[in-house]
Amino acid sequence: MASSATVTANQLIIMAELKLFRTWSSPFPLRVVWALDFKGIQYDTIFEDLSNKSSLLLQYNPIYKKVPVLVHNGKPLLESLVILEYIDETWKQTPLLPEDPYERATARFWAKFGDDKVLPSIWNVFIKQGKDQEEAIVTAQENLGFVERQLTGKKFFNGETIGFVDLAFGWLAKLLSLWEEVCGVTLIDHEKFPLLSEWIQNFADAPIIKESWPPRDKLITKYQALLEVYTSKEAPK
Amino acid sequence: MANEVVLLDFWPSMFGMRVRIALAEKGIKYEYKEEDLKNKSPLLLEMNPINKKIPVLIHNGKPVCESLIIVQYIDEVWNDKSPLLPSEPYQRAQARFWADFVDKKVYGASRKVWSTTGEEEEAGKKEFFEILKTLEVELGDKPYFGGETFGYVDLSFITFYSWFHAYEVLGNINIEAECPKIIAWAKRCLQKESVAKTLPDQKKVYEFVAQMRKRFVSE
Repeated sequence: MASSATVTANQLIIMAELKLFRTWSSPFPLRVVWALDFKGIQYDTIFEDLSNKSSLLLQYNPIYKKVPVLVHNGKPLLESLVILEYIDETWKQTPLLPEDPYERATARFWAKFGDDKVLPSIWNVFIKQGKDQEEAIVTAQENLGFVERQLTGKKFFNGETIGFVDLAFGWLAKLLSLWEEVCGVTLIDHEKFPLLSEWIQNFADAPIIKESWPPRDKLITKYQALLEVYTSKEAPK
Repeated sequence: MANEVVLLDFWPSMFGMRVRIALAEKGIKYEYKEEDLKNKSPLLLEMNPINKKIPVLIHNGKPVCESLIIVQYIDEVWNDKSPLLPSEPYQRAQARFWADFVDKKVYGASRKVWSTTGEEEEAGKKEFFEILKTLEVELGDKPYFGGETFGYVDLSFITFYSWFHAYEVLGNINIEAECPKIIAWAKRCLQKESVAKTLPDQKKVYEFVAQMRKRFVSE
């Protein structure tokens, strides 16, 4: 986030009227952080402890009780991809979605595929063991194969610059290698997924992404603990 | 190039119906192709190789998949009449949120009502009514979810109404008794030509669902 020393009066008002509820580690609010940072928009951050949710969060998101919540002029916005479209429509600089309707539909499709299929299939690889894990790996790599082909001839899913789909897949760029390390399975190797491997590098290296990413050692500890919870639930085979 | 619009669909699909309503609202001429989901056409597999599902809208040879994405596409391309989404960004975000809520919640819960038995079915019914009651609160005193006019959220949910009779018979529930506002809203939507002409006969849907139920439940 920009230093507060040089903000103008206008920016102070905007800052006071834009609040983002997030946790230190969840990748979904990070999409909103990136979108706002890419557009150079100032905002206040409220860090939530999901084991002890604030009354404000529950008031703004009574249905899902989750982060992110973006509050703009007192009005709450929920669901990270919905928030991204709102940000794109409200602040027109550095557009996240393309202008052409067909390209927009394509971008929305891939973001949804990422959330509905890719993420759950990779999470399954992380938490399962034995034969279940082997099957999960097949599904995950099939999904990743579709994603890989989307990068043909492009640096980012959006083309030359980072856009909506890149932000939607941001968790892949940063969390996947971490999960691979914690559970000891390699899903993306340079030979099978050369384009994805390169995209991961390019995305992770972008300054805004780098600056906002939670500390790696803290994340490793968190996911190691999570994995232990899942493995202790597994019935002996 | 002439506007060539083809819709790959399956008549009882509440997702396909959303696209049919959107096309009707905009007065778009299109070719309807009925898919046999047990024997998917090469065209469907070519146009949606990733999910292999209907609906697929093919516009001038290019496929658009996922019903709500298709509806937004239709709204953006044919933007000269009958807007489906609001024009103001916050209202658009609200519309997207609620349509997404319908997608995430209604199908899953309703499926438990007609395809399971015993405890799982009872849990499904409870969940189904909780979801409908949440939608009732959101509807409030408005004639439509969109406010004064039928819009994106109405479109995303009204298609499930064609399955309500099936849910009621197979699940032994009374939706009007539990959620009268939802039924009143649905009947209001049915006064629109685009909706009335799109939604299939509830009895026909019931017969279809009853057949499908046999695959899951032995009775």
